[in-house]
Amino acid sequence: MAVYSTNEFRSGLKIMLDNDPCAIIENEFVKPGKGQAFNRVKIRNLKTARVIERTFKSGDTLEGADVVDMEMQYLYNDGEYRHFMNQESFEQYQADAKIVGDAALWLKDQDMCTVTLWNDAPLAVTPSNFVELEIVETDPGVRGDTSGGGGKPAKLSTGAVVRVPLFVQQGEIIKVDTRTAEYISRVKE
Amino acid sequence: MLSRIRAFFEARHVLEVETPLLSHASGTDPQLDFFTSSYHTPPKTQTLFLQTSPEFAMKRLLASGSGSIYQICKAFRNGEAGRFHNPEFTILEWYRVGFDLNALMADVEALFNDLFEGQLEAPQRIAYSTIFAHYTGLNALTFSHQAYCEFAQRENLPEAITLCGENHALWLDFLFSFCVQPHLGNNALCLIYGYPACQSSLARLNADNPLLTDRVEVFINGVELGNGFYELTHSLEQNARFEAEIATRKHENLPTATKDTRLLDALEAGLPECAGIAIGLDRVLMILEKSTSISEVLSFDIARA
Repeated sequence: MAVYSTNEFRSGLKIMLDNDPCAIIENEFVKPGKGQAFNRVKIRNLKTARVIERTFKSGDTLEGADVVDMEMQYLYNDGEYRHFMNQESFEQYQADAKIVGDAALWLKDQDMCTVTLWNDAPLAVTPSNFVELEIVETDPGVRGDTSGGGGKPAKLSTGAVVRVPLFVQQGEIIKVDTRTAEYISRVKE
Repeated sequence: MLSRIRAFFEARHVLEVETPLLSHASGTDPQLDFFTSSYHTPPKTQTLFLQTSPEFAMKRLLASGSGSIYQICKAFRNGEAGRFHNPEFTILEWYRVGFDLNALMADVEALFNDLFEGQLEAPQRIAYSTIFAHYTGLNALTFSHQAYCEFAQRENLPEAITLCGENHALWLDFLFSFCVQPHLGNNALCLIYGYPACQSSLARLNADNPLLTDRVEVFINGVELGNGFYELTHSLEQNARFEAEIATRKHENLPTATKDTRLLDALEAGLPECAGIAIGLDRVLMILEKSTSISEVLSFDIARA
C-alpha cells in the first residue's frame, strides 16, 4: 500500500492509524517562524466513527488504508447478517449488526446503498441520502389539515420512526432524508 | 497599509532600502527550507538562492554604516503552505541602530497603533517563561522530561511524547504552538520576549540571565506576525552558530546550506549595536481585513500562481 506524507493529507484520504483504518477530515499546517513545522490533523476512525485530533511533524508519513466506497444492492437479512451485492461483479458481502449500525433503519430489500470495504471486508454501510419507505403504523389523520404543522410519529416498514404531517396515512409511501431522519414528501404510486 | 508604513518610517528618519532577492548564500536555519535557482554564465553555472528573509543583506548595509533602515520585500520559504503560510510572502523588516529590545518593542507598538487606528486593545508585553507557565504550569527554561510528559498526557496530546522525545526546543515549539499561542493577543498586540536560549537563532543572549535570549515575537489573535532580536554583533559567535546549524542540517539529512561568509566579514568589520524585526505583512493584512486564510489577501496563492 502507498505511503502518504503529511503534505499529501487531503480531506477524504484513507490512512492507517494505530492499526485502524481512518479518514482525514482536516489538515492544518502549523509552523512557528523559527521552529519546527507541525501538521494538526483531524481524523475519523472508520471503525468507531470517532473523530480525534493528532499532531505530526511535517513530512512524517502514514500508510494508506485499502478502503473503498462501493455502490451495492441490499439483498436480505438472514437474522444475523445482512447481505449485499456488487451489481457489476455480482460478488456478495455480509455484514453484522455492529457494522451496519443505524443504516439498518433505512435499508429496504433491493435498495442501493454504499458499502465501505476495508481489505475487501465491509467496514460500514451508508444508506442513500433519500429513501422511499412505507408507513406501517400511524394515528389516523385529521381531515382538512394540509399544512403539516405539528405532525405525528409514523413507523416505517424498516422499523424507523419519523415525524410526518397529520394528513399522511398508514399504508402510504413517503420519502425520507436519511441524514436527518426527516420527512420530505409523499410518493405517488 | 503600505503607505502608512512608509510614512511611519519617514517620520522617524529610517531609510528605505532594497537588497537582492537572489543571493550566493542561504540562511542556515534548519527550520527553513530555501528555493534554489541556477545562474547561467556559460561555461559556468552557479547556484543562487532566493532569500528566506532580507536579514543578511540588510546587516551588511548596517555594517557599512547605513544607519537605521527598513525594507518591504518578498521572501521565500520552501514547503510552507497552509492557512497562514504561502511559500512566497511579503516581509517588512527594519533595523534601528542604537536600539535595544525594549526600544524596539515600543517601535512595534507605535507602528501597529498607526496601522490599526485604535481598533486594538492596549498592547501587552509578557515574558515567555511567564506566559508559558500561565498556560502549562511548566518551567520553560529548565527541561523536566517527566513534567512535560505528564502535562502532554493530561492535555490529551500523548503524541508529543514520542514526537519530541528528549528534545527541549522541540517540546517548547510543540507546547507553545498548541497550548499557548492560540490564546495570545485577543484583539490586542501581544509581544512575547525573553525566549529560552535554546530558541535563540540570531538573537544575543541576555546580559543578566544566560538562560534567556533577547528575542521578541509579535502576536494578534493567536497569529504570529513577526520576530525580532537585539542583534548578535559578534562574528565569532555568529560563525559558531552557523557551524552548529550546518551540522544539524547534515545530521537531519536536510539540503546543505552555504554559510554566508560575506555576512561574517561584515560582522567582523563591525555591526553597530542595533535591534531589528521582521513582520509578515500578508498576515497583518489578514487581521486588518478579518480574513480567515492568507489566500484571501493574496492576488494568487501558490496553488494558483
